[in-house]
Amino acid sequence: MANALLDIPKSVKAGEVFTVKVVLSHVMETGYRRDISGKAIARNIIKWFSCTYGGEEIFRCDMTQAIAANPYLGFTTIATASGPMVMTWEDDEGTRYREEVQIAVAG
Amino acid sequence: MIQLSRRDALAGIASVVLVRPAIAEPDEMAAAIRAFTGGVSPRAGKVTLEVAPLVENGNSVSVAVTVDHPMTAKDHVIAIAMFNEKNPQPNVATFHLGPRAGKAWIATRIRLQTTQTITAVARLSDGTFWTDSKEVIVTIAACTEE
Repeated sequence: MANALLDIPKSVKAGEVFTVKVVLSHVMETGYRRDISGKAIARNIIKWFSCTYGGEEIFRCDMTQAIAANPYLGFTTIATASGPMVMTWEDDEGTRYREEVQIAVAG
Repeated sequence: MIQLSRRDALAGIASVVLVRPAIAEPDEMAAAIRAFTGGVSPRAGKVTLEVAPLVENGNSVSVAVTVDHPMTAKDHVIAIAMFNEKNPQPNVATFHLGPRAGKAWIATRIRLQTTQTITAVARLSDGTFWTDSKEVIVTIAACTEE
């Protein structure tokens, strides 16, 4: 899926603290807007984001409609061992977006 | 001719007023912070909330929070929550961290309906809460645009 932009180093040194930056393409509809006929547009936001690294959750974010459209998150983690990093987002409609990258840890 | 009773007229006015999203009051932000801390008043310090003092567009405002605290298995930041004063509701987001974060830093982009104060509160593993607030002047509002 080309829904997400990920800025994650592919190769890191063991013990290094590295930064993960992710952007998901999503409207983050607040539920406060109205369509042209005056009908309220149903809220549809990303409710939560989770990042696992080597199968363990290292970061989680619970969001509200105060997070801007195309939600951006930046956080850090320690390079422990080579393994998959899996990012998951879920919105109000229950749609899940998933991205996976392999982290290569040297040394 | 249809006679409108005073009660009907007042009910009509009330329904019109309710159409607009309510603006969270500073009291609501304080209540949301109490809900996060379990009634504990967070202390000023340790937390640095970074945001531009003046933003043109409230639809997307970059913010970052750093907590000056070690991130060890025994002693670390558990969560950082962000709150706003005058959006339709007072919560922004809650970020859950752990010792594997390496350092306590998070960044995101938020919506601000109007000029207001935003607050970040960090919850540490020792049960204490720390906070920082910044006022942001917003020239183009978010939330209620059609």
